Amino acid sequence: MSSDETFEQFRGTDSYIVSDELRHAVNVAVALARPLLVRGEPGTGKTLLAENLARALNLSLVRWHVKSTTKAKDGLYVYDTVARLHDSRFGGDGAGVRDIAKYIKLGPLGEALASPSRVVLLIDEVDKADLEFPNDLLHELDAMRFRIDETGKEYAAKERPIVVITSNNEKELPDAFLRRCVFHYIQFPDRALMAEIVKVHHPDITDKVLDNALEVFFGLRQTPKLRKKPSTSELIDWICALKKAGVDLARVSGGIPFLGTLLKTEQDVELVGKRAKA
Amino acid sequence: MLIDFLFELRKRKLPVSTHEWMALMEAMALGLHESSLDGFYHLCRTLCVKDIAHYDAYDEAFLAYFKDIHTDALQLTEQIRAWLADPRNLEGLTDEQRAALKELDIEKLREMFEQRLKEQKERHDGGNRWVGTGGTSPFGTNGNNPTGMRVGSGGGRSAMAVADERRFKEYRRDVVLDVRQIDVALRGLRRLGREGAQEELDLDETVDKTCKNAGDIDIVFRPPRRNRVKVLLMMDVGGSMDPYAELVSRLFTAASRAGRFAKFRSFYFHNCVYNSVYEDAQFRKGVPVADLLSHSDRDEKLVIVGDALMHPAELLDPGGSMYLSSQNRASGIEWLRRLNAHFRSATWLNPEPDRFWAGTTIEVIASVFAMYPLTLDGLAHAVRYLVRGGQRPQVGDPSKWMKAVVG
Repeated sequence: MSSDETFEQFRGTDSYIVSDELRHAVNVAVALARPLLVRGEPGTGKTLLAENLARALNLSLVRWHVKSTTKAKDGLYVYDTVARLHDSRFGGDGAGVRDIAKYIKLGPLGEALASPSRVVLLIDEVDKADLEFPNDLLHELDAMRFRIDETGKEYAAKERPIVVITSNNEKELPDAFLRRCVFHYIQFPDRALMAEIVKVHHPDITDKVLDNALEVFFGLRQTPKLRKKPSTSELIDWICALKKAGVDLARVSGGIPFLGTLLKTEQDVELVGKRAKA
Repeated sequence: MLIDFLFELRKRKLPVSTHEWMALMEAMALGLHESSLDGFYHLCRTLCVKDIAHYDAYDEAFLAYFKDIHTDALQLTEQIRAWLADPRNLEGLTDEQRAALKELDIEKLREMFEQRLKEQKERHDGGNRWVGTGGTSPFGTNGNNPTGMRVGSGGGRSAMAVADERRFKEYRRDVVLDVRQIDVALRGLRRLGREGAQEELDLDETVDKTCKNAGDIDIVFRPPRRNRVKVLLMMDVGGSMDPYAELVSRLFTAASRAGRFAKFRSFYFHNCVYNSVYEDAQFRKGVPVADLLSHSDRDEKLVIVGDALMHPAELLDPGGSMYLSSQNRASGIEWLRRLNAHFRSATWLNPEPDRFWAGTTIEVIASVFAMYPLTLDGLAHAVRYLVRGGQRPQVGDPSKWMKAVVG
């Protein structure tokens, strides 16, 4: 692949607005064939980025949602020994049991590497797993190949997948891992960008309604001591609720309607309530 | 020439490695910096800076290194020419502005622009914007203003302006120990054992049982291995510990992480441990140390964090506590001795730099507890001591000066 082909491919999609900086970072990651590590506040669209990148480039998306118990090897493949034992005991056909390959299931990373065509691989919330998890991935992400020990079969990616890794900043990631990534921090959108984003999701919204909603939203975000600030996705849900109920923000007095869609903890709702009264 | 920029970055303690620098060179060879300073700013940041806490230092380095380089005015004029040639750009303008634009021919515009850039240079050194962001200037850089003329790449703001703004200042942290480093150090503190739900296939045992069963499969499960170390953490809060509050809270975060230890309890005290410690940092829920000891296994690991700095009388006099003098018969040091005697392994972590330890109560307490500084090295040593025991560190000789103070 030549650089002209790959660079400047991603410009966002009709439902996903990217800032210039993010667009640039994505395209650098694609061109250099390095994993893109995205961080940022929850609700800034880190996960959606991978989905929309896949859509924009017309590639299929492989997701790997990392949990606290996820091990790096699970991403490559799982050898289901228990099923094999079970089959050898109860399964009628003995030939099938001898074939180990039947009991090897590829994990998301394995699937992405074994895929005949280029895919987008999303490794979601990489910081959820054990401390050493990212380090265990280094070799596979570098070489883009892996071996199944049980069968001796080797998989090497025909075309390097585009890897998008998201992290919520819960844990620090190891340096060796960071060194190999292209990094981007998604900043919370400013008012103008936010207006664009809302318009994508609610194309029929009038400027005045949008203006009022943003006024309330950004005002709410500035409330000190909030446990969880409302994010983009919550704003969009909230506007949706407002529209469905036919509430006109300009005419509402005393409290924010559907506050529960914006604030997710009791303490926050209480705090905002108190401030409104004061 | 750019190699100096690498050193400019490293000078500011940005952990940029050769690995990343080579990637940057590769990217530039591919033209990913879009042949512009703005492009370079983003490209370099995205490849070399992996932590938002470093963004501010990067902005600083960028400003320092590129402060004398200004975007080629000629290239900008080309952009303006192209901009003017595109009638769509004029739609957003008012009639007056359009009339004013017609009066400006290209040469005059270039002249004005270059002149303004020059003026800007002087003002820029004072530390502000390039071409103004106001709506009336024909050279606005603010891409969000539909009537302003866009100069620079793609309607965004120029890298210098972005760097100059230093939006990432609040994310900055120059710290001794971060949570991850503490995490890694604490990992040594473990003794694995199998307890809990049976979720793992025990292959050896399964083979064994199956053989005994004459080949009839008998599957055996076992619990996964978990850490069995129990930790009791006591933290000094308030007063002289205030400067270290953040550091101690980081240690607490790392230590209290779910699943790290089989049992984890934490208590607070002020200054020195006397007859009570507290469950909360506001000293409301007191727990008598005597009760605590009778309910604690001897194999719990006791970790005390504190600066161990106080007046010698507070440590050595019976009733030395400022708060509890009436009921407090034993001296602080006596309580510390009892704690240390109860637990098989105990250590004291001291955030005070160890060069200040000599000639203070720290030396006295260090003669009771194995004391280590609360740094990466100190923490690693403390963990090793807790797990394996061994020689405790020698800290000064308090007998030399204590006599003079207490008599």
